[in-house]
Amino acid sequence: MMINGIGVSPGIAIGKAHLLKKQEAALSNVVLSDDTDIIAETTKFNNAVYLSVTEVEAMISNYDQSQGKEGLEILETHIELLNDPQISEDVTGKISKEKKNANDALIEVIADAVQLFKNMDDEYLSARAADVQDIGNRLLRNLNASTSTHISRYEADTIIIAEDLTPSDTISMDITHVIGFATQAGGRTSHAAIIARSRGIPAIVGCGLTLMDIKDDDLLILDGRSGAIIINPDQEIVEQYRVKRENWLKQTYLLRSLKDTPATTTDGVNINLLANIGDANDMEQAIGFGAEGSGLLRTELLFMGRDTLPGEDEQFEFYKTVALKAKGKPVIVRTLDIGGDKQLPYFNFPAEQNPFLGYRAIRICLDRPDIFIVQLKAILRASTFGQLKIMFPMISNIQEVRAAKIILQQAKDELIKASIAFDKNIPVGIMIEIPSAAITADLLAKEVDFFSIGTNDLCQYTLAVDRMNEQIKDLYDPYNPGVLRLIAYVIEQGHKNNIEVGMCGELASDPKATLLLLGMGLTDFSMSATAIPEIKNMIINSSLAAAKQVHQRVMGMDSSTSITAYLQEVTS
Amino acid sequence: MITKDYIITAAEGMHARPATNLVKLTKNYSSLISLKKGDRTVKLSSLLNILSLGIKGGETISIIIDGEDETSAIIAIDAFFEEELKHL
Repeated sequence: MMINGIGVSPGIAIGKAHLLKKQEAALSNVVLSDDTDIIAETTKFNNAVYLSVTEVEAMISNYDQSQGKEGLEILETHIELLNDPQISEDVTGKISKEKKNANDALIEVIADAVQLFKNMDDEYLSARAADVQDIGNRLLRNLNASTSTHISRYEADTIIIAEDLTPSDTISMDITHVIGFATQAGGRTSHAAIIARSRGIPAIVGCGLTLMDIKDDDLLILDGRSGAIIINPDQEIVEQYRVKRENWLKQTYLLRSLKDTPATTTDGVNINLLANIGDANDMEQAIGFGAEGSGLLRTELLFMGRDTLPGEDEQFEFYKTVALKAKGKPVIVRTLDIGGDKQLPYFNFPAEQNPFLGYRAIRICLDRPDIFIVQLKAILRASTFGQLKIMFPMISNIQEVRAAKIILQQAKDELIKASIAFDKNIPVGIMIEIPSAAITADLLAKEVDFFSIGTNDLCQYTLAVDRMNEQIKDLYDPYNPGVLRLIAYVIEQGHKNNIEVGMCGELASDPKATLLLLGMGLTDFSMSATAIPEIKNMIINSSLAAAKQVHQRVMGMDSSTSITAYLQEVTS
Repeated sequence: MITKDYIITAAEGMHARPATNLVKLTKNYSSLISLKKGDRTVKLSSLLNILSLGIKGGETISIIIDGEDETSAIIAIDAFFEEELKHL
């Protein structure tokens, strides 16, 4: 049997299926030691309630009325159960009096309530046990999603099968044993896909409901390029794929061996290949793939998977470690980019109709300078340990850049006053990911030291396509002539104003796009570290002169179909 | 303090939907509102507690309201039992 999804991280995996249950309720039997623990666990529980209610409220507001009102009524009942003062009182009572952690207290309270309903002689009421179990599972999932200590262990050669994977699921996955994963939901730019690519394991997303036909311990073959999953294949097919896997591993090895070869075109143009990273470990791994620094340090990981905002010292340590691991190579630190699909349990985001068009990234930072300045000071302090640059995300106009720079200046002034050293000439740049920023690149270039084009959001905002929406995923197309023109214009304006222009979106790691981008004049490509060898292989076998011709030809084409067909032809 | 008895006229008894509506309704009032069935009394703010009483059609329950806005609360609760619960 075979299932097809979207291959989002290339490679072949052959291994045993492990179905990731939504939540395995397991008692930890932790005994809390003091009041600090009690307060922390109570807060964790309250956060889980908040997150769960927010989730169900979102389900209610997206509810399709044509499916009948029963579903809606169930969701409303769930809201009441999630907010139920009795459940809350019982859970917090167990935490404070019996010294149990939130996880155990919740499991016990839910188990008791479920049992109570199951024991009822009324058939209707005994069926309510399922509702209580449902909200209990939701609370537990949110409870454990907000801890980074929850790390699962698997047998060797495991392939994870799940409905969906949250960023923290994927982040905490043990890749010494997990050799690939497939999910029902998700798209190319979902967090699970991005993280799989950066960790170099084959992954398939968007497999649909049939994925759950897979049973634990089924033998699976995963082709992360084509998106095919073969279930319990016969010996002959396994052998074929074993050969393919070996070739893939060999190729990966070969490409990695290019790591010390400089990325220079045949006509002598030096290109910077950089890595998109999430922490110091990624930086170390990226250098192993030949990265010449980082074009994007996502700082969200520092803020996610925890219960409170990280303080200045903690942030400073984080940036400092990254700077040290980079060994003097440049690292672009992107300031906090939360909101949209990235939520924090301890930060109350208002419910929004359009989170991607809403309160996020620099908008939050300018609104909450108290949070922003802490991050800026920490980055500045770390700048003495390496070559750090600061980058602001989600810029839509020049005023935001100026406002952010004023806060940066305040951060510098505070450090000067406290006689703390930092790089006084730290370069400041912006992400170009909103069409208005791309179109005004001529103006913005005079205000900053560098641009970095974020093609994922630029594409989504330019084409008015929600990149998380499965129904319209075909419209999400960076080869759309409109998107390509914006990118070319940004690069051109950057060069005219003598500032550096890089790209840190998915397009930078697409070998089909390499020649075109080179031809547009792009010099800094930042991508998942695992993609660097393949892109380097393209660059060292190309000339800038030929790339410029490719660019010219593409600009004369009127559809992404003809553009991609042409690029496929010239790059293979 | 106001105490009033009601007979549950809906055949299915007090199931999740009316109970949810009743909990929502009582949130509009500052008075402490409780529900008594037999010898068990629970606060009306907890859906779990109301459902756990397993109130069936034909059974009698008491509502106890205590607080500043108890007179307006009892009017709303009256209306709930008279109208809404009857038509379920």
